[in-house]
Amino acid sequence: MKALAARRHHRLAPVVLLLLALLVTGGVYALLAPSPASADTASVQDIETGEKLFQANCATCHGPDAEGSDTVPSLVGVGAAAVDFQVSTGRMPMQASGPQAIEKPAQMDAEQTSQLAAYVASLGAGPAIPTDEMVDASKGDPALGASVFRTNCAMCHNAIGAGGALSEGKFAPALLDVEPRNIYQAMLTGPQSMPVFNDANITPEEKRDVIAYLAEQHDGSAGGLTLGSLGPVSEGLWVWVVGMGLLVGAAVWIGAKSS
Amino acid sequence: MSDEKSSTELTSGHPEKFTDPGMPEHRQRRADVEPAASKRAERQVAALFGISVIGTIGSMVAYFAIRPDGTTAGTRLSNLTLGLGIAFALLGIGLAAVHWAKAIMSDHEVVEERHEQRSPDDVREAAVQKLDDGIADSGIARRGVLKGAALSALALFPLTIAVPLVSSVGGDWNVSKFRHTRWEKGMRLATDPTGRPIRAADVTMGNVFHVIPDVSEEERESHEWITEKAKAVVLLVRMDPRDLKEAPDREGWSYDGIVAYSKICTHVGCPVALYEQQTHHLLCPCHQSTFDVADGAKVVFGPAHRPLPQLPIEIDDEGYLVAQSDFHEPVGPSYWERLK
Amino acid sequence: MSTTTPAQRAANGTADYLDQRTGLGKAVKEFARKTFPDHWSFLLGEIALYSFVVLIISGFFLTMFFVPSMALITHHGPPATMDGVLMSEAFSSTLHTSFEVRGGLLMRQIHHWAALLFMAAIVTHMMRVFFTGAFRKPRELNWLVGTLLMILGLGAGFTGYSLPDDVLSGNGLRITDGVIKSIPIIGSYMSYFVFGGEFPGEDIIPRLFTLHILVVPGLILALVGVHLLMVVLHKHTQYPGGGRTDKNVVGFPLFPVYVAKAGGFFFVVFGVIALMGATMAINNVWNYGPFDPSPVSAGAQPDWYMLFLEGSLRLMPGQPEFEFWGFTLSLNVLIPAVVIPGILFTFLFVYPFLEAAVTKDKREHHVLDRPRNVPVRTGLGVAFLTAFIILALAGSNDLIATHFSMSLNQITWAFRILIFVGPWFAFWITKRICLGLQRKDRELVLHGHETGRIVRFANGEYIEVHRPLDEQERWLRVNYDAHRPLEVAPATDSRGVRRKGYASERRLSRLSSFFYEDRVEPVTPAELAAAHSHGSHDELETDTTSEPQQIDSGRAH
Repeated sequence: MKALAARRHHRLAPVVLLLLALLVTGGVYALLAPSPASADTASVQDIETGEKLFQANCATCHGPDAEGSDTVPSLVGVGAAAVDFQVSTGRMPMQASGPQAIEKPAQMDAEQTSQLAAYVASLGAGPAIPTDEMVDASKGDPALGASVFRTNCAMCHNAIGAGGALSEGKFAPALLDVEPRNIYQAMLTGPQSMPVFNDANITPEEKRDVIAYLAEQHDGSAGGLTLGSLGPVSEGLWVWVVGMGLLVGAAVWIGAKSS
Repeated sequence: MSDEKSSTELTSGHPEKFTDPGMPEHRQRRADVEPAASKRAERQVAALFGISVIGTIGSMVAYFAIRPDGTTAGTRLSNLTLGLGIAFALLGIGLAAVHWAKAIMSDHEVVEERHEQRSPDDVREAAVQKLDDGIADSGIARRGVLKGAALSALALFPLTIAVPLVSSVGGDWNVSKFRHTRWEKGMRLATDPTGRPIRAADVTMGNVFHVIPDVSEEERESHEWITEKAKAVVLLVRMDPRDLKEAPDREGWSYDGIVAYSKICTHVGCPVALYEQQTHHLLCPCHQSTFDVADGAKVVFGPAHRPLPQLPIEIDDEGYLVAQSDFHEPVGPSYWERLK
Repeated sequence: MSTTTPAQRAANGTADYLDQRTGLGKAVKEFARKTFPDHWSFLLGEIALYSFVVLIISGFFLTMFFVPSMALITHHGPPATMDGVLMSEAFSSTLHTSFEVRGGLLMRQIHHWAALLFMAAIVTHMMRVFFTGAFRKPRELNWLVGTLLMILGLGAGFTGYSLPDDVLSGNGLRITDGVIKSIPIIGSYMSYFVFGGEFPGEDIIPRLFTLHILVVPGLILALVGVHLLMVVLHKHTQYPGGGRTDKNVVGFPLFPVYVAKAGGFFFVVFGVIALMGATMAINNVWNYGPFDPSPVSAGAQPDWYMLFLEGSLRLMPGQPEFEFWGFTLSLNVLIPAVVIPGILFTFLFVYPFLEAAVTKDKREHHVLDRPRNVPVRTGLGVAFLTAFIILALAGSNDLIATHFSMSLNQITWAFRILIFVGPWFAFWITKRICLGLQRKDRELVLHGHETGRIVRFANGEYIEVHRPLDEQERWLRVNYDAHRPLEVAPATDSRGVRRKGYASERRLSRLSSFFYEDRVEPVTPAELAAAHSHGSHDELETDTTSEPQQIDSGRAH
């Protein structure tokens, strides 16, 4: 230590110290910081628990190595975002085969979901779960979001996200009650029939704008009851039910003899 | 009403047809016999008119008190209060008037005779006579030249309006524009509507890009652009090259599993935009024509007949996707001289 | 005339002034107490008329703020989702009207609801006229005017729907362009004719605006005038009943009863439309966004009255597009978009003349038919409606798929079959129901109402007592003509020479058999008398031979 103390005033000392400090910080960071594949802090235990969950709930279809089969997609490289989307919306684990996996009450709690996500993310690099800031509707521009939504989303999900039909019994679900995080993840990962919209296609800012546009729809319509926001067909149905209904009723009253 | 039972009498003593029993007996309303009911009806009518006045006042209050602030909720409140006021103002008057007519005005039915539509013979004769007189006065029957000249003049003069109108109303009438779009060799593919050029590397597996030609921002904000865009929009998809079936004459039109097809339906021109990633099917939301992107965008369901036209693509030096040329056939719906 | 108030004196003075200059007195004398029969179904046409008045009032309001221009501007202002967006002036001014003009959104919604109601009322009114045979002589021409009005209504709706220049209606125009282009030979030029060049160009919105606010409503107004004038000339039809004949009209006087009822009904119609405009959102164009040829939204459909065309296009398979000598013939578009509506409208136009021909009926008719008494007409009408409804449902197949968790493709296939089977089945079953109802009427007239009273005769026989119909009830059920198929004279005349026109007569007679082969004749007085003497124990008072003993009343077994 004496030797060290003696060289404390060496003119290179600050440089060495700085290098040491950088090394230590870097090492600690490397140990503690999350890998880019999962935004949450995923410990080794998490990954292990996730693996157990995977073997118990998912391996039957996706295989013990998560590599899928001809009819079941491989999960290597799908990332934590895909797992969080599928599991937190209850689509996975699937209960029955049908035209598509449908939304249902989630079968895993938030912790289990994140453990499973950590495990799948550890299998291969893929999109991470977005942070709260990335999906904060108040930071987005609803007008820009509207134009992105119109071109990329409205043809399947309807102009304001009320949902729509695809071929052979598949459908694009309604988006109005979907968590902003799940909307973001869906764009990023392209679940099931939905194509992928990577960050070169729709940038992270534009994705947030889309979320802001959808958030605007929570206020309903300026015109009154939305009638499902389904467009002219529901308007036509209601003009017969309410309009013609009331007026034919009035006509019968007018034509009837007074008692 | 009629009690004629003469010639229709049969041997058995029964007429051939039943006879009209005449109007049913008149039934009195309560308001006709009970003064109290009559008075009540009167009060009800007055009350309904009163509701109308309240409705009008309400709509005026709503108009001045509730200023729409541009938000959804504010606009809805203004719309609702104003509309309800008007509805009450109108329904009050309507219901009052009808109730008055039903409960208070006389409800004795009256009978009015009808007359045949046909004019009586003497009127017809007189009418024909007048026309004959007119024709004789005009001399048109004797002067054939006049008849022909008048008819020609009358038949021709609409041309003076129709020809200038019709010749200008269709613009330049150059329908060969249908076969060309804004795409040309080397034109970069850009995202719709943001206009960012797309690198091949950006198009990862399963992605679908809605694409426009990479033109200047000024052009994108000009009016002509909408007409150009209506023909030029393209859908870009990347799939596993092993899934892709390519016709021999179209080899080299794709780049590493990336294919570009016109987004304009060959049925009646809607944007075909619903891409189902797993089946590689493109569905048109208007009439549900379904195209298989993996197999030359051939029709697999619905009312369209022809595949979507393919845009041949390649990459430039910087790795951006560019068109090899314009489409090789007119995009959009069929028309008579499409193949000429 | 002894004492007059100042108000009466003023009224008298005005009346005198006007009469001296216009002869108004004659018109008042003629029309003031004109008689109209009372029935709720006679008010359906009024709903249409009043909706049209509401359309003119609200439409005038909207023209004050709408800018029919496709020039591009950047919109500044509400709603938040459209602030700063490049759009046409037409779309921007629609947003301005909706969000910044007080009452503007209400007027837009009233206008659109009134338009939907206008068409719904027209269709319902046509159904009433058709099923009751009100189109028969002398009203055939008025049926034609009415059908034209319906088509003009479609035109008014179509031109108005497109004006805001939004994505939804823009795609509607695009489909129109595709249909126009499919017309053989002149299609491309027709497309240029309509759009002033290539789709969408810059001219279509101003052109549609002129059609929508001037040409189409002008024609509608003129034809409504003709329509009502003919109603006045013919006097209104009436339902059958005692004292109502083809030579009279039984009802209430125009002044005051119908002034109050019909005038009041105008306010009721306007009030109901206002209620809808206040509470139910319609065509929120800011959801669809300004027109851009690239986007489209799920649920891309036209207003309900055009849905049958949309459905027709959706059902057609794509195979029949042909190429020959380098030309393209798109029957996959022409058949659903031109031929099918052509058939439907032709049926409406020719039906009155067809029925008159197969009936050889030259009399004037002012008493309406009960639909059951003309089974084939009623059946054809229901078959027509069935076809219309199947096509409209096919136009909504995507919404049916999502709301009933079905496959879009399977629904389409089901409708492809139903469009052939459905109308035929509807015709057959309706005709059988009508004939059944007619037989039930006969039964009632011959045997009277069941009373539920059971009596036992001395010989042990039980019967239920039937109460005969009163003469009003009976008259309603026996007062109709059961037409017979036309007879054809022999093919050759007395000298063995083949008659001219025999073939067409035979064709007509075959058609006539289709109409009147199956028929139920009304009961004649002789039949009624015979029924009474045969089933004498149906009528206790005519029974003198046995002494029936009443054993139960009410619901006995």
